[in-house]
Amino acid sequence: MTNSATQSAINTQVEGWNRPREIEPDGDNELLEVAMGPHHPSTHGVFRMDVALDGERIIRLKPVFGYLHRNHEKLGEGQTYLASIPYTDRLDYICSLTNNWAYALAVEKLGGIEVPERAEYLRVIVGELTRVQNHALSVGFLIQDMGASGTPLMYAFREREKILDLFEQLTGSRMMCNYMRFGGCRVDASAEWLDGVRKVVAGLPAFADEYEALLCTNEILMARTQGVGILPPELAVNAGATGPLLRASGVNYDLRKVDHYSIYDRFDFKVPLGDHGDVYDRFMIRLLELRQSIWILEQALKDIPGGPIMDPKAKIRGFRPKPGEAYGRIEAPKGELGFYLISDGGPNPYRYRVRPPSLINLTVLEDMCLGQNVADVVLILGSVDIVLGEVDR
Amino acid sequence: MLGEGILKGLAETAKNFAGSYVSKERLTTVQYPEERIPTSESARVFPFLVYDGPDWEAGLRCVACQICEKECPPKCIYIEKSKDKKPDYVGKLQIYPARFDIDVSVCMSCQICVEVCPFEAIKMDVEFELSTDDRFGGLLRNRQHLAKSNEYYHQIHPTEASEVDARLGEEKAKLEAKAKAAAAAAAAKAAAPAAPAAKPAESTPKPAEGTDKQ
Repeated sequence: MTNSATQSAINTQVEGWNRPREIEPDGDNELLEVAMGPHHPSTHGVFRMDVALDGERIIRLKPVFGYLHRNHEKLGEGQTYLASIPYTDRLDYICSLTNNWAYALAVEKLGGIEVPERAEYLRVIVGELTRVQNHALSVGFLIQDMGASGTPLMYAFREREKILDLFEQLTGSRMMCNYMRFGGCRVDASAEWLDGVRKVVAGLPAFADEYEALLCTNEILMARTQGVGILPPELAVNAGATGPLLRASGVNYDLRKVDHYSIYDRFDFKVPLGDHGDVYDRFMIRLLELRQSIWILEQALKDIPGGPIMDPKAKIRGFRPKPGEAYGRIEAPKGELGFYLISDGGPNPYRYRVRPPSLINLTVLEDMCLGQNVADVVLILGSVDIVLGEVDR
Repeated sequence: MLGEGILKGLAETAKNFAGSYVSKERLTTVQYPEERIPTSESARVFPFLVYDGPDWEAGLRCVACQICEKECPPKCIYIEKSKDKKPDYVGKLQIYPARFDIDVSVCMSCQICVEVCPFEAIKMDVEFELSTDDRFGGLLRNRQHLAKSNEYYHQIHPTEASEVDARLGEEKAKLEAKAKAAAAAAAAKAAAPAAPAAKPAESTPKPAEGTDKQ
């Protein structure tokens, strides 16, 4: 086939794709279209990437999702405000507590409910524990995608297990915690539980040290990740990317600092930023954020006050907020997680909308992958850190 | 030096490998069916109905108010109210559930039924091996399967159960005091017109106490 014939063949195929083709094929070879997924082990769930390959290079990539769609938003509109909380656990099932938090924040804004101080501290503690286990896990899976099967992932799982045990002791469930309520938290933490958290948090810096010694200077890891999947800061901002993905590109945007929600103003912590925007930066940002979370946890555990954990005015059953709208957002481990609610005064929301960080971060996947090798696509997807429960909702 | 990072990583894993022979903390896995970790006190898996006393059918705390059925997010609870009434734990006549079914395959262990129950009648179990080879009948638990004694509840959630018992005891004491006051008032009233009429009035609190004990 001649070069021009290949060109026209591509051009006819390009129509209907949402993005103009940027990479030119350089040989006479025919393009190979491959569907990676939906049951590919590297896609972190049922996610498909339709890629067009010129040899090993990616010419086009189209993310296809929706396999795990389960009508989350419409279900939320048909149910009471309370009944939606266990469903939010199942959005990003790695970090159910931050999902609870974002939803509770939206309903609190809608209903004008105050949260007692102790409940805010408990939320920060469980939220940061969630961030620690999510980052440990996402880094572990990233290394697993790279081919280091076992060791780094299992080290991350070992640490996550301790945190999940703490969640079970407090909330009754390891992953589907269903812990926060609008107006506070469901159960109070006992002194023994807080001591248990102190013990686990005291062991976390050793884990971070061990992990860094194990991986950060590893030649294979550096060769595979440095300079791969670069995301320019302008594109990241324009695409609405948030979380570690955006900060790895060097954009200083952390909702904990920007939005002043909850009591994060009281804690002293830094926002780590990357300067290349490649996979290695995203990997490092997660490890650095993990250390900052440990620091926040130490501060929160030091000065957690006593007192009630629920706003006495908050009505859990039969809650009917005044007509209005509210958008509650938090810095979830994967980025900005927001819930948008419109109330018409009834017992269930008129409109219920989730802004999932994983989905918005996926929109820049093609730009990061163009021109890279097939093997790197797996890594780049791993570094975005998606959970399909949240992408498809 | 090339390969230095890899050697450093290998040193970490070697340390853990050697350490697993010495320190128990490095051995993190449990051989599940043979070895078991004791379940946490606040663990929740699937709801059960609490009953007091020896007879499960007579002692069920549930009064079929259907709040849990209404609030359950996946709607896995099915309740049918009884036509007749039976005395509850304070001796008051109440409706009871003629049918109370929970579908294991639909329940998502969220504990909202427990939270909304005003009668402390439904609680969460810690039994997690719920698999069965009967995919239709075996997964639908009826009220006989769901009924478990208050002693069992004390066994799995000791702190929570004693709090609940204290609360129920307080309520009962309040009701008893109220009944006694009413009886005393009735006795005083009866005593005023004629002296022999006071005797039956005095004996009225006794049967009430008897029903309280169960």
